[in-house]
Amino acid sequence: MEIERRKLRVPAPSEQPGTPEEFRAKQLRARDMLRGDLEGRDLEEFVEQSVFTTTLEKALNTARANSIFPATFGLACCAIEMMSIVSARTDLARFGAEALRASPRQADLLILSGRVSIKMAPVVRRLYVVMLEPKWVIAMGACSSSGGMFANYAVVQGADKFMPVDVHVPGCPPRPEALMNGFNKLQKKILGGPDLGWRTRYNAIGTEEWARLEPGRPTPETIEAASRAIRRAAPGREAEEAAPDA
Amino acid sequence: MPDAPGLELIAQEINGVRDGTVTETALEHGRASLIVDPAKVLDVLSWLRDTPGQEYTFLSSVHAADYLPAAPRFAVHYELLNRDRVERINVKALLPDPAVGPSLDGPPAEEQLPAIPSCVELFPTADFPEREAYDMFGIVFEGHPDLRRILMPEDYEGWPQRRDFPVGGDPVLFTHNEIETPRWFE
Repeated sequence: MEIERRKLRVPAPSEQPGTPEEFRAKQLRARDMLRGDLEGRDLEEFVEQSVFTTTLEKALNTARANSIFPATFGLACCAIEMMSIVSARTDLARFGAEALRASPRQADLLILSGRVSIKMAPVVRRLYVVMLEPKWVIAMGACSSSGGMFANYAVVQGADKFMPVDVHVPGCPPRPEALMNGFNKLQKKILGGPDLGWRTRYNAIGTEEWARLEPGRPTPETIEAASRAIRRAAPGREAEEAAPDA
Repeated sequence: MPDAPGLELIAQEINGVRDGTVTETALEHGRASLIVDPAKVLDVLSWLRDTPGQEYTFLSSVHAADYLPAAPRFAVHYELLNRDRVERINVKALLPDPAVGPSLDGPPAEEQLPAIPSCVELFPTADFPEREAYDMFGIVFEGHPDLRRILMPEDYEGWPQRRDFPVGGDPVLFTHNEIETPRWFE
C-alpha cells in the first residue's frame, strides 16, 4: 500500500511565516484551541502545524548526542587542556556535556587525556568495561592515539590496541577547541546511529551486554564457579581472603 | 665535597682498615668519587657513616648505570651526604656483566645477573632505590628484604634501562617511509 502525505492546508502567500500578522493569527488560533472552539478540520490543521514527526531511533540518538556524561578521568598533561573545555571560554555545556561524572558507571564518554602506560592499560580497560552501554571513547592527543613522543618500553603505542576508540583528536596537547571539535564529531557520529561504531571495526559483534547471556556463552554463575576453582587451586590466596572473616 | 687531598686521605684510611677496598678515586664535575670493590661496598659505607670526623649519615641516592662498551659494564652509585658540613661524597661500585662469556655452573650465561650486597641494613632508605635499580638494570641486591619490580609490571620481562635494550615503539607511517612499509593500509 502506498502512503501519501499531503498538507491539509497550504499557507496562503499573504501568511508569510515570520511576519507579525502571521504570529498574531497563530496566537489567536491557539487561544481558540484552548477555549475548545476549534473543531474538525480546523483542529486537525492546528495539530499539523504544531507537531513534527520523526522516528524513535532518531529522537533517541538526538537525546544521547546532546546529553553526554564524560568521566572525570585525566591521564597526563592533556588532562589540563581537558579541564578547560568545561570552563567559560570553550563551554561544553552548550553541547550538554558539562556534567563530568566521577564514576565510570555514571559516565558514557571516556576521554583518554594523555599517555597510557602499560601498567595503566588494564586499569583503563577496566574503567571502560564497567561503563554502561552505549559508551564512547575519545583518544585525546598524540600519545593516546599512537604513543606520540613516548616511543619506549613503558607506554602503550596507541590506546586502540587494547580498547575501542571512536574519535582521535590530534595534537600535543590538543587545544581545548580541538577537543571540542572532536566532541562535535562524536555527536555527529552518535546522531548517525551508534551502530556505526566500533563493534564492526573491531570484530566484536556478540560482546554486547544483552548478547553475553546467550546459551553457550559464560554466564555470571559459570564465571563465579571458574574463579572459585582457580581460588581452590591456589590455597594460599584463599587463606588470605578468608582471613578477614575469621 | 672533600677536596683532592681529603679524598685521598679517606681512601687511604679505608684501605688501611681493609686493604684493596678503594681501587681508585676521582674528582670530576665537582663530585668526589670513591671507586670501590663491589664485594666490600658495605664496609666503605659503614665506615663513612660511623667514623668520627666523617659521619656521612644521609644516603641521598642509590642508582645504577650502564656503561655498555666499557669493560666493567655496570655501576652502582651511592650518594652520601653529611648534613652538618653539607658535604657530599659518591661511592661507585663497578660490576662486571656475568652474562658475557661461558657459564661454568648454574643457569646459562645470558640469564645471569650482576649482584652486589644490599645496604638496606645500613640505610633503610635504600629499599626503594635498590628495587628500582633492580627493576631497570637487573642488578641483584643480595640481602634485600623484598627485591621485586617497583615501577614496571610484575610480569615484565627484560631490563629496560640497559643500553642494549631495544628502544621500542612502533614504526610510524610518514610520507617519506610509506614506500618502505608495503601494504601499510591493512
